[in-house]
Amino acid sequence: MSTPALEATIGSGAPAVESADAGTATGRTRTAAGLRRWAVRLASLAAVVAVWQWLTTADARVGLRFDRLPSPAEVAAELGRQLGTRIYYLDLAQSLIRILTGFALAAVAGIALGVLVARSRWAGDVLLPPVEVVRPIPAIALVPIAILVFPTDEQGIVFITFAAAFFPIMVSTRHAVRALPTLWEDAVRTMGGGRAHVLWNVVLPGTLPGVFGGLSVGMGVAWICVISAEMISGEFGVGYRTWHAYTVVDYPAVLVGMASIGVLGWVASASIELLGRRLTRWLPRGDRGAGGNVR
Amino acid sequence: MSASVAAAPQVDAGLAVRLEGVSLGYGRHAVLEDLCLDIAPGEVLVIVGPSGSGKSTVLRAIAGLLAPHAGRVLAEGVPVTGPSPDRAMVFQDDALLPWRTVLRNVELPLRIRGVPKRERRTAAESWIARVGLAGWEDRLPRELSGGMRQRVQLARSLAGAPRAVLMDEPFGALDAQTRAGMQRLLLDVLRDTLATVVFVTHDVDEALLLADRVVVLGQRGRQPGGQRGGQRGEHGGIGTVLRVPDPRTPDIDRTGLRARIIEEL
Repeated sequence: MSTPALEATIGSGAPAVESADAGTATGRTRTAAGLRRWAVRLASLAAVVAVWQWLTTADARVGLRFDRLPSPAEVAAELGRQLGTRIYYLDLAQSLIRILTGFALAAVAGIALGVLVARSRWAGDVLLPPVEVVRPIPAIALVPIAILVFPTDEQGIVFITFAAAFFPIMVSTRHAVRALPTLWEDAVRTMGGGRAHVLWNVVLPGTLPGVFGGLSVGMGVAWICVISAEMISGEFGVGYRTWHAYTVVDYPAVLVGMASIGVLGWVASASIELLGRRLTRWLPRGDRGAGGNVR
Repeated sequence: MSASVAAAPQVDAGLAVRLEGVSLGYGRHAVLEDLCLDIAPGEVLVIVGPSGSGKSTVLRAIAGLLAPHAGRVLAEGVPVTGPSPDRAMVFQDDALLPWRTVLRNVELPLRIRGVPKRERRTAAESWIARVGLAGWEDRLPRELSGGMRQRVQLARSLAGAPRAVLMDEPFGALDAQTRAGMQRLLLDVLRDTLATVVFVTHDVDEALLLADRVVVLGQRGRQPGGQRGGQRGEHGGIGTVLRVPDPRTPDIDRTGLRARIIEEL
């Protein structure tokens, strides 16, 4: 993949044109390969469900006891029932609002603080020690504090989500800013650009690949923590509903909750990755990895 | 050239640069010491030297990216304390912002200066055409060859109408053929500008092709104790300054001058 870029660097212009044409010429084979990959992905999911169905209907007891686990068919029936109720959508919406609020706050604060501590030694000395002490504490362990400090459960859950996503985003941003080549900054400064120009035209776009790595990880941890927090405190949300189903020993409903969490989390992470790839199209071909976690 | 001098407004004239007893280095390690050099407005001064001789360091000091340990860098008699759009820089490679298209890269110095959108677009487009890249405006740097990227850098540095252009081995990473084309383009573009040019290279032939004067930063420049005396003259800390007769005129035999430079290196 990196060969065309290499030729383009050495050659005088014509090779670059050729490589661009080659990109469109292989477009058709690429979509065919893409379809095949999607087929493989779907087959993989279907295989897992099939094994699950077989284990539960055969009442398998192979060390693990599958005889009491609901089968996919039972879960699907329960899902069908829940899809007809208002409460299912309310729970989804509630969890989504919580995670989006917490994650958005974490993204803004994490990127801002990451840039600040990487660009200013003074800010780093002042702000990093407390941050580094709080960082190893799992966000879910902050639940007692959140209950104590925040007037409503709602704010507490958003805070837990925020705390979970904040650290990976902040740390990735900090590393991305430190790893930024000074050449681009020098170039903008010799054009007469000041701090704001450097920040806006070099630091923010240049660190995007690394920042998106942090956003991806942050989104994953945020899901874990929003669900856990909902299980502990809260009156709505997918996590609360799942835990509630468990307390009344309604296992099909527990599995519907788990599947909903899985699908929502996957969609959220995929959205972040898609957005990241869109915004880092400028990266040299070989460097564009999933999640844009490069440099 | 004299006709355009009369017509051009004062601000567009080349910048006079003066180095007074400048010592340069990174951290506590000194690369160059007690450097004195006068660069006349509008001249093309080429600094040649082997790698590690500190020639890029001199350029960074003139650009205002590196503060001297001792001495002063003066631009038009005013001490240089930081970078300025008056002194544009062309780097060796990969200094284009990779997330900006060709057009938006060339527009950037104008944007920083606060030029209105339509005006900066027209100016950028005309510079892109000037360096032979019309039609490539919406491409990203990664889609361009090394030579094309350097053309964009040239356009970007000149679009800001600087009074001095500092070029740090701009063609150093290019193959011989592309490099010759870029040198022709540069000569062509320089004919229309009054800007002072300070050009750093390790290629003696490139120096002789472009320069009004050639400064040789040899081993001597780094060891001021070794050759104190006649050689240094007014240019302390620098090996030799050589004037190129009939500069930028093709088909002149410069073997004598070439031999002298190589001897100094």
